[in-house]
Amino acid sequence: MKKLFITLLAMVPALAFAAGPSLPLDSANNDLADKESLKRGFKAYINYCLGCHELQYQRYNRTFADLGISDEEGKAEWMYTGEKVGDHITNSMPAKEAAQWFGSAPPDLTLEARFRSPDYIYTYLRSFYTDENRPFGVNNTIFPDVGMPHVLQNLQGVRTKDENGVLSPAVGGTMTEQEYDAFVRDLTNFLEYVGEPNKLERKELGKWVIGFLFIFFILSYFLKKEYWRDIH
Amino acid sequence: MNNFLAWIEARLPVMEAMNKHVLQYPAPKNFNFWYFFGSLAMLVLVNQILTGIWLTMNYEPSGDGAFASIEYIMRDVDYGWLLRYMHSTGASAFFVVVYLHMFRGLMYGSYQKPRELLWIFGMLIFLVLMAEAFMGYLLPWGNMSYWGAQVIISLFGAVPVVGEDLATWIKGDYVISGATLNRFFALHVVALPLVLVVLVFLHILALHEVGSNNPDGVNIKKPKGSQKPEELSKFKFHKQYADKYDIVDAIPFHPYYTVKDIMGVAGFLIFFCWVMFFFPEGGGYFLEAPNFTPANGLKTPEHIAPVWYFGPFYTILRVVPDKLMGTILMFAAIGVLFALPWCDRGTVKSIRFRSKWHLLNLIQFSICFIALGILGTMPASDIANLIGTIATIGYFGFFLAIWIYSKNENTKPVPERVTK
Repeated sequence: MKKLFITLLAMVPALAFAAGPSLPLDSANNDLADKESLKRGFKAYINYCLGCHELQYQRYNRTFADLGISDEEGKAEWMYTGEKVGDHITNSMPAKEAAQWFGSAPPDLTLEARFRSPDYIYTYLRSFYTDENRPFGVNNTIFPDVGMPHVLQNLQGVRTKDENGVLSPAVGGTMTEQEYDAFVRDLTNFLEYVGEPNKLERKELGKWVIGFLFIFFILSYFLKKEYWRDIH
Repeated sequence: MNNFLAWIEARLPVMEAMNKHVLQYPAPKNFNFWYFFGSLAMLVLVNQILTGIWLTMNYEPSGDGAFASIEYIMRDVDYGWLLRYMHSTGASAFFVVVYLHMFRGLMYGSYQKPRELLWIFGMLIFLVLMAEAFMGYLLPWGNMSYWGAQVIISLFGAVPVVGEDLATWIKGDYVISGATLNRFFALHVVALPLVLVVLVFLHILALHEVGSNNPDGVNIKKPKGSQKPEELSKFKFHKQYADKYDIVDAIPFHPYYTVKDIMGVAGFLIFFCWVMFFFPEGGGYFLEAPNFTPANGLKTPEHIAPVWYFGPFYTILRVVPDKLMGTILMFAAIGVLFALPWCDRGTVKSIRFRSKWHLLNLIQFSICFIALGILGTMPASDIANLIGTIATIGYFGFFLAIWIYSKNENTKPVPERVTK
């Protein structure tokens, strides 16, 4: 019987290979606990992304609370279009026209980090290159024929792809490579936060619950042993 | 107080039922690890019902509102995220414990005479559970919800003549739409849970009527008067059992198995909470990544995969080139489980005393079932198709083989009493 059980157990690692093909992604190495990074990411999102991409399931005041921004400060410094602090983070881009401009309407990004993964976002925003055949003059190595223009090109600069498919270093941006990577990391960090605002709370609570359960398990083991003492 | 209790008892025998089913119910004393999963299935069922009720309070069953209402639960409802993860992780945990519970039945011959009806109620629970899970999976209205439902409902289209009409009738629309979502919601939160609870009730009544099997497959209820008085179990059992049989090697369910099951619950919850708090997506197998985008009839996910617990049956469907035959074979894979008590013509129950052939057969069946499950979550390919075909043959072969060798099986002598 033990043999059977071990055989079954040995099959389990095969599950790990059950996932589909994966893209070579760079590791984002972002830190959800870093509130300054989240704030920089939020700022970058408002300045560069929000014009097209909504966060329609996330509210301003929830974000303020989680990032340590007071509602007054938030209203004064983080909200530009006269919404209430309890409103969702939306824009006023008309979806129908947007679909005509870009080929498809820019997707909502609230859950992008859960749909793709933080590493994907981090890699994607650093993988644009010049491609004259595309409407906006850019293409992306991990999202071929992407409809989105390289909004961050001023910051990163221009990259080109050689015949071997290798991207050149960026030229002409206002940021160095390190600065740009850090900028994208903050943005990625923010999007991971927005994907699941309770993630840190979940893990924190989980430690207490598991800790309690271990104690409960030990107690229940001795309770069982005590009751069963005379059963042979 | 005692008068009041007596008044109740005279009109509704509550204590009588408690004694019969819990306090004086004779359970074999040699249950092992595999006997935890029945009570755990009950625990998960209660978890699903309770978290389900609270999710329903904030969920909006409509094509326009469903996806957003899930995110509302995740963000704006106090501990809504916990309720949602308890429910979604609970769905997978339900199948984990039910599959292990069924495997226990296979190992120890718990489906054999006189427990055929008990097994059939169990299989009905399994069937309803799959329907329940399938319909629940549409409710978040994510893109995988949508396309998963699309694939499964289209199977009904393979039925000759009435197929297309049948598929339309199930959807309540020409495509999967808010109308489909609403009827799945009704079935998921009202109809099927009711059926499930009734079936679980019958499953337990049927169990208590014939008594629990055990890892030795040895009957603990001996003919009345066949045992010496000192051999009898020293506990008081309900007269329904004690008057009819000489009961040996038994202990009352409470307190012995209640304290043991509490330990099982604690152990199970460690695993359950570990997944729920630290890996609620289950590596993309419990909550699939495409389901974090709303249902979109124009945008097919790269790879439509059913949730892992449907994997084995989905693979059986896929390896058959003809859609109708594949659908028939998939349902046959569940149907054949119902017939198991009659496929197995043996009288020795436990694998401990059965032939090497039976052990090998059960091992190959387990490997095939797991292989089918893994393949079901992977994209189709030639090699996957080949392995899937072999595993499908192995799956059905289990039932054919058991029918053949169980007639004149070379079994080991079964002891009179349970071993410990």
